[in-house]
Amino acid sequence: MKPAMIPGMTEDARRALERSGFSRRGFLKASGALIVGFSIADRYGDAQGPQGPGGAGGPSPGSPPIIQLDSWIAIAADGSVTGYSGKEELGQGISTAQTQLVAEELSVPFNRVKLIYCDTAMTPDQAYTSGSQSHPANFNHANLAQAGATAREALVKMASQQLGVPVDKLTAADGVISAKGDPTKKVTYGQLVGGKKFNLTLDPKAKRKPPSEWTVLGTPARRPDIPEIVTGQFEFVHNVRVPGMLHGRVVRPPTAGATVMSVDESSVEGMPGLVKVVVKKNFVGIVAEKPWQALQAADKLKVTWTSGSGLMNRAEFYDQLRNVKPTRDILLVDSKDVEQKLSQAAAVVKATYLHPYQAHGSMGSSCAVADVQGDKATIWSPTQGVWYQRSTAAMVLGIKPDNVRVIFRRGSGCYGLNAADTVTYDAALLSQAVGKPVRVQLTRKDELTSENYGNPFLMDERAGLDAQGNIIAWDHEAWSPTLGNRPGPGTPGNVITGSLVGFQPEALTPRSPAPEPRGFNNNSNGIPSYSAALFDGVPKGAGLVRSSRVLVHNIPSPFFTGPLRSPARFQNTFAHESFMDELASHAKADPVEYRLRHLSNERVIDVLKAAAKAANWDARPSPRSGVQKAGLATGRGVACVAYEGDNGYTGIVTEVEVDQDSGKIAVRRVYVAIDAGPISNPDGLKNQAEGGALQGMSRALLEEVTWDDQKVTSIDWRTYHTLPLGFAIPKVECVLLNRPDEEATGAGETAITVIAAAIGNAVFDATGARLRQIPFTPERVKAALSARA
Amino acid sequence: MSAITLKVNGRTHTVDVDPATPLLYVLSDDLELRGPKFGCGLGQCGACTVILKGVAVRSCITPVKAAAGSEITTLEGLGTPEKPHPIQQAFIDEQAAQCGFCVNGVILTAKAFLDKHPKASEDEIQQALSGVLCRCFTHVRMYQAIQKYTKGVA
Repeated sequence: MKPAMIPGMTEDARRALERSGFSRRGFLKASGALIVGFSIADRYGDAQGPQGPGGAGGPSPGSPPIIQLDSWIAIAADGSVTGYSGKEELGQGISTAQTQLVAEELSVPFNRVKLIYCDTAMTPDQAYTSGSQSHPANFNHANLAQAGATAREALVKMASQQLGVPVDKLTAADGVISAKGDPTKKVTYGQLVGGKKFNLTLDPKAKRKPPSEWTVLGTPARRPDIPEIVTGQFEFVHNVRVPGMLHGRVVRPPTAGATVMSVDESSVEGMPGLVKVVVKKNFVGIVAEKPWQALQAADKLKVTWTSGSGLMNRAEFYDQLRNVKPTRDILLVDSKDVEQKLSQAAAVVKATYLHPYQAHGSMGSSCAVADVQGDKATIWSPTQGVWYQRSTAAMVLGIKPDNVRVIFRRGSGCYGLNAADTVTYDAALLSQAVGKPVRVQLTRKDELTSENYGNPFLMDERAGLDAQGNIIAWDHEAWSPTLGNRPGPGTPGNVITGSLVGFQPEALTPRSPAPEPRGFNNNSNGIPSYSAALFDGVPKGAGLVRSSRVLVHNIPSPFFTGPLRSPARFQNTFAHESFMDELASHAKADPVEYRLRHLSNERVIDVLKAAAKAANWDARPSPRSGVQKAGLATGRGVACVAYEGDNGYTGIVTEVEVDQDSGKIAVRRVYVAIDAGPISNPDGLKNQAEGGALQGMSRALLEEVTWDDQKVTSIDWRTYHTLPLGFAIPKVECVLLNRPDEEATGAGETAITVIAAAIGNAVFDATGARLRQIPFTPERVKAALSARA
Repeated sequence: MSAITLKVNGRTHTVDVDPATPLLYVLSDDLELRGPKFGCGLGQCGACTVILKGVAVRSCITPVKAAAGSEITTLEGLGTPEKPHPIQQAFIDEQAAQCGFCVNGVILTAKAFLDKHPKASEDEIQQALSGVLCRCFTHVRMYQAIQKYTKGVA
């Protein structure tokens, strides 16, 4: 299905809606109920892809209707409650929080709720589980939360009729509704509706339980999956076993752009367990009885490939980006007076920041199981979007979407678009070729070379300061290569397997100059938190700098790219928060005080202050006085962000130790303050903050995709570097700011967004050397140290 | 193909496989165990760890014939959700997981090391885990859980 064929809204219409001033969350608020968000056509604007349900066009055909209560909640005869959700558990703890939500709204204990999520035969289409969208989508006044409230009110009304007691004289607890003051008058949920449908639509007026009355939400409920995980009982997608299941392996092009010239099937003839060699255009795979047999045959299969397209020199990669044509230009804000203000400034500060391609690098290589029988398919997949996987797998297989069932099974943590979708197509294609169920797990090399990498960025920052060092203008111009994305409606070619069988990735339509921005949209955090971002004279940003321009050039990428945890937000915030530190230093101001001087948004201000307070922040300009140019140096750095402009707030302080002789950075302490609205599960939020901070640290210090003139060379854990479990981990202290009166916001991508800049800023504080290129490898640290004045 | 006898979690199994097959494939595909997992197939991440003759080994690079006849313990062999081993209980208490894929390697590597070095220092434990990965970076809790367990065994 092409985007234009989605009922209700074309891609252009989506873009127009975005331009007309709706942020994703703004649109949610404005539409009042059921649309969670929508696709932002420009990938820079939203590298997460459509947020559904079903993107802008409503849920996919075949989805349980999102307006119907029965799509979300069922009550069995024994009174147990089942919640159905389109937001899945990836390890981020959202299934536990959703279980708490349903239990809370229905006044039943946590353990009486079963949550079923992401199965196209059963659960509503809520597009992807991504981009810190599950908490805002399902915990505000729509979807699962509103279903819970609607169900509770409906049950109370039924009880009122049955017991002859007015609604306001009834109380619900533990799945029993009873008359206040006369507990003998009571009826259970099971007696009222058990096993039957509600046949009601979601009531937008049904009252959510206020946080002040919460007994299940807001508590650190334990994850029910952990006992199974730690005892080896939990079923990951890797453990799905289907009767008669065979095992597949894929043979990917050995160099970038290589295509199949010939496949010599005789090279594997007679190998033990071999079932079939499968070739479809440039897709090559093996099916065998056992995985080891499939691997050996795949290794031995003789495929002759064309030499490929060649790759640009990695040493000159960033230098070339400014000259790549064509570009798709996006203007996020333009006050039209930036050049004029810069020309009047007492000082103009400039810096360029670089961020590489980074891999999701899932711990377990991606895996899927498919059972394609004739024109029907059942697929077990770790995809983040079962409904898009369903429609695009149908395209890959050439069958009807109605005949495909996609069942989510947890994979290894994905952190965005790892190889989950592509391996699902692999399994589907191989199963179709043999007419039997096939399980495919990628090799480590295939995982690291054929996933959709997080986008690289080159970011130019310029700011004008007045005589007091205050910012009077801020200009940001970025270049970001992009190819493919999440498979959305009609785009199986967004990932490698789809492309190998002949589908095109979504087009990067050239456009320059960029059209005027029609409204505030900071989903990418391209606009610095310090910009007032005026639209029609109204400040929409989190800051006070009235003069600003943010211009982005999307350019073609030689490698597939896609959302990696905090896509674009991580990169832009690294640049903005490092640059803010450079400006504070230029103004000889304390970095916290200098930030506060330019912020207007209370929630960012509060998280910044909370992190500084937790760290017992030593207020003074950076670098620290008396920096020695050799030996160990210590320093502290700060950063903060209004994530996506209004979808979570975080402030962070790091304390680092720099070995100036080796160039090694050790992060000793991390203090992170988070505001995600009303806290649904404090322990889950803390787990996300701790993990996000350390994952961001690994990305900041080590992670980088590498290549030679033909192919990717970061192919395993020796060549793609990550912090192992055994390193001197910093002490991490989390401050959770509860905001019971605000909307629920995103949480999982907040801490990770700020830590790279906070580390770089701490290194500057310690040594006076500024790090402007991720990752901060010892060589780059030493180069920066050598470049010090 | 040849018949190989394996002693896994106290039970004896005979499998007919290529003796060069990595032990991991036999455990997860022939015996359908869910504890040991394929992470990299290169012995670089720890997801496939099992305890063989008291030592944590990487089953993805251990040929099945090398394990024949020896006692093998997988994550399932330590305890159950109803009756977890103390180190598993410590991970539950500390909620020390996100996606959970790495937990097998973390628990078995730590346990095998602590069995031999019950009084190990934090630095020594860290060193023992230097070749284990967790890409969700649940490190803080995992160390808390291991410390908690250590206090019980030391």
